[in-house]
Amino acid sequence: MTALLPAEFADLEPFAAKWCLPSEPERYGMRLASSMDEMHAFYDAITPRAEAAMTYLEQYELHDLPEDAINLLHLIYSMIMVSFPVEAWGQPRVPDTGSASFDNVIEPMP
Amino acid sequence: MARFPKPAEGSWTEHYPELGTAPVSYEDSTSPEYYEREREAVFKRAWLNVGRVEQLPRVGSYFTRELAVANAAVIVVRGRDGEVRAFHNICRHRGNKLVWNDFPREETQGVCRQFTCKYHGWRYDLDGALNFVQQEGEFFDLDKAGRGLVPVHCDVWAGFIFVNLAHEPEQSLREFLGPMITDLEGYPFDRMTARFGYRTNIAANWKLFMDAFQEFYHAPVLHAKQSPEKYSSLAQQAGFEAPHYRIEGPHRLVSTSGVRFWEMDTELVKPMEIVTRSGLFGPWDQVDLGEMPPGVNPARCDPWGLDSFQLFPNFVILLWSQGWYLTYHYWPTSHNTHVFEGSVYFLPATSVRARIAQEMAAVTFKEFALQDANTLEATQIGIESGYVTDFLLNDQEVLCRHLHKEVADWVAADGAPVEVRR
Repeated sequence: MTALLPAEFADLEPFAAKWCLPSEPERYGMRLASSMDEMHAFYDAITPRAEAAMTYLEQYELHDLPEDAINLLHLIYSMIMVSFPVEAWGQPRVPDTGSASFDNVIEPMP
Repeated sequence: MARFPKPAEGSWTEHYPELGTAPVSYEDSTSPEYYEREREAVFKRAWLNVGRVEQLPRVGSYFTRELAVANAAVIVVRGRDGEVRAFHNICRHRGNKLVWNDFPREETQGVCRQFTCKYHGWRYDLDGALNFVQQEGEFFDLDKAGRGLVPVHCDVWAGFIFVNLAHEPEQSLREFLGPMITDLEGYPFDRMTARFGYRTNIAANWKLFMDAFQEFYHAPVLHAKQSPEKYSSLAQQAGFEAPHYRIEGPHRLVSTSGVRFWEMDTELVKPMEIVTRSGLFGPWDQVDLGEMPPGVNPARCDPWGLDSFQLFPNFVILLWSQGWYLTYHYWPTSHNTHVFEGSVYFLPATSVRARIAQEMAAVTFKEFALQDANTLEATQIGIESGYVTDFLLNDQEVLCRHLHKEVADWVAADGAPVEVRR
């Protein structure tokens, strides 16, 4: 199988297929569809690697990222997304927001 | 003991004596009859923000807006002369909606050379002029010059496009906005084009969501679990106080003091905030927006957190000290429902780290807004039951008091005396 991420981040490859998602609605949807165990495993693996990943990405212009670097950036966005269930809520959804939604309709790319 | 000085009258509320200090009923948020009055007296009379000029980048760029509250559908378009104009989205032939795709009640946008009606092919120029009628000779006494699109009063301030559905607006846009708002001219709204936009349906009266975002008394409680426990308990003990409130004409302002998260003990901030150097207040590394116009942080709060300008009736511009801003719009759809639109705007990121910090700020904004949104339905249920009919507002909720009074004043000015208690 072809790697999605730069070779330096092969250790994060097991999470790439699930979490390299280009849009907020996809990332938010994946968060709600995931178990806390899955999100904890992803969070624990990527958080210590975040600084290295950002340093790696800094060698490129934001609007000129090769595909594997874009995937890495999307993985960082997903890290931010799962940090709320992991760090704050202990559950995928914000507590007491059963009937609330907040749909993203536009976001900067990448 | 107040952390910030209050006006000489002893409170912000008493500084504006017309507001009173009595309990309020919120009948204005539960009555279908009152809502019908608001539609006429407020939403068909006030200037309404419908977008920004960046949405119309070139000649022929257009977007449509469905303003259900005013029973109006509007086309906003940039003409050949560069001017932004608005028209009722109605073909003059037999009333078909002129511009729409697939679903006539949904909004659309695009670029065109002219507008062509889907039904019988009548064509209108970008300035609204009727310039083609299919089988023109079949009509009787057709004067094309008098059958252009019906214009809607439209004006632009600081790149924000406003429309007014009155036959003749009582004030120009500039007069309506007044100096508290127009003193924001010079803020680089035009450069802050990196936008995260959100939309949701809320099962509550529109004024209740405005109330939720024009007081921060709720923040240390409703949002407590957004922060590490040590921070939350300190915040809850301290409570919330704003250093500055201002009411001018129909509009309102609250300024808050800043928090220097980057100087705090790591136990007080979330790990992801440290990783991304960002959070609720925005990216920790402040961007330089240049010199600020006099209307920004007008009370010169230091440290300064944000200014939340509540523009009557349903538009909010919130400027964060860290160099980004938000807009909120509340579009009523009935007495107990509305559509909420929120947008987060940044200078376009030029580095990966800046973009990641923006992502963290935008995602955090959504986490907070979800908490705010769900309490509204719960409040609507409570006040709609009618079993409790008077509710208390404290001094940090002074702006909520003003919104409801201002709406009531507009309703009263528009016709028969208001029958509901505030």
